[in-house]
Amino acid sequence: MSEYIIQVENLVKKYGQLAAVNDISFGVESGEIFGFLGPNGAGKTTTINILCTLARPTSGKATLDGYDVVKQQNQVRQSIGLVFQDSSLDDRLTGLHNLRFHAMVYNVPKSVRDERIEQVLRMVDLWDKRKNFVRTYSGGMKRRLELARGLLHYPKVLFLDEPTLGLDPQTRNYIWDYILDLRKREGTTIFLTTHYMDEAEKANRIAIIDHGKLVAMDTPAKLKRMVARDIITVKTRDNEKAAENIRERYRTDVRKDGDTLVFDVDNGEEFLPDFISESGIKVTSISLRHPTLEDVFLKITGHEIRDEEVGDTLKEALRRGGPMRH
Amino acid sequence: MNNLIGVYTIWYRDVLRFWYDKARMFSALLFPVFFLVIFGAGLTQSIGMMAEGVDFIQFMYPGIIAMSVLMGAFMSGVSIVWDREYGFLKEVLVAPISRISVAVGRTLGSATVATIQGIMILVLAPIVDVSLTVWMVVALIPLSFLLAASMGSLGILLASRVKSTEAFQAIMQMLMFPMMFLSGVFFPMQNLPSWMSVIVKINPASYGVAAIRQVVLGNPPDSPFTITLFGHAMGIWENIGVMAAFGLVMSILAMWSFGRQE
Repeated sequence: MSEYIIQVENLVKKYGQLAAVNDISFGVESGEIFGFLGPNGAGKTTTINILCTLARPTSGKATLDGYDVVKQQNQVRQSIGLVFQDSSLDDRLTGLHNLRFHAMVYNVPKSVRDERIEQVLRMVDLWDKRKNFVRTYSGGMKRRLELARGLLHYPKVLFLDEPTLGLDPQTRNYIWDYILDLRKREGTTIFLTTHYMDEAEKANRIAIIDHGKLVAMDTPAKLKRMVARDIITVKTRDNEKAAENIRERYRTDVRKDGDTLVFDVDNGEEFLPDFISESGIKVTSISLRHPTLEDVFLKITGHEIRDEEVGDTLKEALRRGGPMRH
Repeated sequence: MNNLIGVYTIWYRDVLRFWYDKARMFSALLFPVFFLVIFGAGLTQSIGMMAEGVDFIQFMYPGIIAMSVLMGAFMSGVSIVWDREYGFLKEVLVAPISRISVAVGRTLGSATVATIQGIMILVLAPIVDVSLTVWMVVALIPLSFLLAASMGSLGILLASRVKSTEAFQAIMQMLMFPMMFLSGVFFPMQNLPSWMSVIVKINPASYGVAAIRQVVLGNPPDSPFTITLFGHAMGIWENIGVMAAFGLVMSILAMWSFGRQE
């Protein structure tokens, strides 16, 4: 099982009686983007904290790049980079100071230190601002600086804990471009938690965690196929005949919706060419909609936000479209 | 090796932050000046001579140096709590350096800053008519550093235990002010009510204040400024010894506690 760069076995973390992480096991392959999905308080951050040596597991075992996260903390720390959801910059110093500090404690050799700092700062477009104090940076700039800092020592695994939370869509895209580019160039493994479903889609594999338990783990496509099928909307010259044909050939229910037919199939991409070439009926338009991870999440966990944690007033606020994020 | 670099880096950051924080530097000088001017002007005439050739403001002056050092030293704990609040502590705690080197770097960093703050007070010497010698300045640097490191370790010990900023600040106030005011900064050790005398003698800061005063005002054997412990008048080396012992115990506890935290 050594192809896994992160390996977690029967991990448990208890705070008093409460098990924040309750016996989870999984592996993360080298070079993949691994998404960690779950409602607030599901155990995502606790798991990350254990993996990056900030918390000690109550029981179970976790290794990162072959190093034990309890017994070989320094080796683990040297192998990882982190971008937290809350800023962990020293805002009373400049961007350059923050990176220098990081390079020193992570033992980046002196000969390449300045060169590498310039490289990462240019990558996130902060080279011109390097001598400004971090407290003058915008939220997006801070996050970019953190990203640059997290990459400075060429980590094998980059932990991104809600890396774009609270940022505007433009900055989010910007940051994601860097992340994807980095993975392509350096083969860095990326361990991601996010609330944004479109970001989770970027992961090669997703683990869904709920109440401290791992409830599902697979590729986004397979997860979606597991819970919901692709939805096809088709318009043909002869809808009656087409409907009959579809029922017979693909064994699925067809619903008429105005002058279109709506039905779902297991694998839309394979269905489309097959249907168009084999049905013998002139198709005037056809569309395919994949179920979203949102559908998956809801179906697997049975909720979006944990009901017992949400008071009636909050529920009411949610119903009225109140300012709750989930 | 890596841990030495860690200690150095943490120390360097503290000093760098102080350098860039001109407001803090300014207030570090201003606060003691207030005390010196207000108490000095207000009380020197009515109190009269404290000892031969030493009036109240001259008596208070070394105490003010010690007070600046103490205030600077307590900042070490405060800045750890701030770092936790603003998130930077996380960056430090996931760095591949041991917790112990973080605690040591922090102690040395804040002790350096506190020493600078104490030494800054020396520019006021002509105003209070205390004559400085080179030896005095040279002796004050390690002395201030030792006092700062001892008290700073106590701050770090507390900061690693008390997680909330509000609680820490409350505890700090409760601890810092009695330690400062009941350390002989503002009054001599003799002729105190016995309950107060006991507190002053228990207060480890008193020995630092006494040592600094002994350096600045000289160390006559029958000086009225010495601490008398069980009938024994504490000499300067004995005061330093008490301070060092306290500092050693505190730093061991601080390192142990800081290393254990999650």
